[in-house]
Amino acid sequence: MTRYTRRTRRTLQVTGVGVAALLALSACSSGSDSSSKKDSSSASKDSAKKLTGTVTVFAAASLKESFTTLGKDFEKAHPGTKVTFSFGGSDTLAASITGGAPADVFAAASPKTMAIVTDKKDAATAPSTFVRNQLEIATLPGNPDKVASLKDLTKSGLKVVLCDKTVPCGAAAQKALDASKLKLTPVSYEQDVKSALTKVELKEADAAVVYKTDVKAAGSKVEGVEFPESTNAINDYPIALLKDAPNAEAAKEFIALVQSSEGQKVLTAAGFLKP
Amino acid sequence: MTELDKSGAAAEVLTGGDTRGAGPRRRRARPGARRRGVPLPLLVPALVGLAFLLLPLIALLVRAPWRSLPEQLTSPEVWQALQLSLICATAATAVSLVLGVPLAWLLARTEFPGRGLVRALVTLPLVLPPVVGGVALLLALGRNGVVGQVLDSWFGITLPFTTAGVVVAESFVAMPFLVISVEGTLRAADPRFEEAATTLGASRFTAFRRVTLPLIMPGIAAGAVLAWARALGEFGATITFAGNFPGRTQTMPLAVYLALQNDPAAAIALSLVLLAVSIAVLAGLRDRWVTAS
Repeated sequence: MTRYTRRTRRTLQVTGVGVAALLALSACSSGSDSSSKKDSSSASKDSAKKLTGTVTVFAAASLKESFTTLGKDFEKAHPGTKVTFSFGGSDTLAASITGGAPADVFAAASPKTMAIVTDKKDAATAPSTFVRNQLEIATLPGNPDKVASLKDLTKSGLKVVLCDKTVPCGAAAQKALDASKLKLTPVSYEQDVKSALTKVELKEADAAVVYKTDVKAAGSKVEGVEFPESTNAINDYPIALLKDAPNAEAAKEFIALVQSSEGQKVLTAAGFLKP
Repeated sequence: MTELDKSGAAAEVLTGGDTRGAGPRRRRARPGARRRGVPLPLLVPALVGLAFLLLPLIALLVRAPWRSLPEQLTSPEVWQALQLSLICATAATAVSLVLGVPLAWLLARTEFPGRGLVRALVTLPLVLPPVVGGVALLLALGRNGVVGQVLDSWFGITLPFTTAGVVVAESFVAMPFLVISVEGTLRAADPRFEEAATTLGASRFTAFRRVTLPLIMPGIAAGAVLAWARALGEFGATITFAGNFPGRTQTMPLAVYLALQNDPAAAIALSLVLLAVSIAVLAGLRDRWVTAS
């Protein structure tokens, strides 16, 4: 009898350890929404002029530099607010938003990825295009291969990397190539625009077709070559307020800042085009 | 029956169910468990661990697009990627064997200053994030790399964006598994056999070839299987170092990752193909190699 109770207790202890381990594993995935909930209740009590709390912005990786600047501007203009960002691939971000991630604003790198969110009715406002991004050829510093057009990339012996057709920059590059009836065989179809750029930065590839903003962000490590066919494949960047936004008041203000003339100034400085 | 009972209990643990309710039923199962000599504090976490490892696989199978599977399997791209995966993983295993077994022998059988440090460095690719490993390989063996520059200008060899580059990337991440496995076996193997052979006039290399090698064959086989499996699933270093070009450097994991961007169903189907092939190969090897030794 006593042995039985002792054994039961031990069973419970061991079970407890197992449960604790699982809890510890799942604890990582359920973070950071308690704070934003508090913010929303306090924000709704406030007047529209006095904003407080945290704004959570999910934005495409290519917006990192400019949005970080805009976030700091926003915090300066509205003391008591905080803007937190999650930058990543638009597909991944869209998937986590439809999966219930607590975000206020979504800024995507293509209408297609924004559609993932709007199709699930997770957006509160209709998405509006706030910037556009154009393709550019990134070559080695000094352009030793004398690349001057898209056609020059088809020269033999030139190592060119493109983005894979499954990601926005690859789809756009393919569109530009088709429009100019060119056949280009790259050495690699990269998984995202940053890794395509890295191949040129490391001098492993001679050229890559990437965005203007990426060329600008890379500074002196690459040289940009504009080509006329890029006008056939310009990516629109939509932004939208999300339906379950914990802090909708402040989020609306942030979107307004992005669309304002000073916001546009920051974005065009990074290489984006006006909508 | 008792097994079923226990898996039910494990499921309750997993779902955070009321474990007290499972008391009486568990008690009936326990005498059997005790007779088999499985202590409960080991059994419960073991079952939880097993469930934890198997659940994702089961989820894959449950959600697999069985209807479109035949269509996926008949596409030439899939076969191309699968073929490339198998060829490169096998080549990477061969490279790991040729270079890794002597390295393991050096670490286990010789004394030299800083041996502990060398052993730690050998296992570095295990902890290095794969993408970082790929970048490191580019910096070393790329067209502009420390050694790659020389390869390029003297011999005209460039590794990035080639099938050879895939083998290099896979060997880099897979070899440590083999080295660790073989070194462990060597340490456990009795060195007196080799010593006896050398006293009977065999050179150290002959002793290694005729005595040590047959002795540690099971360890080498296990290490090779581990390395092969790791090479087959390699993604980060491969895509960073060798890029992604169908038929040349697009292995199965790369194809899966890119399919995931716009067609998750296809990605799951591809993953299942890779799983089925690797399980078939590993099971076949197990019977052929490990039991034969």
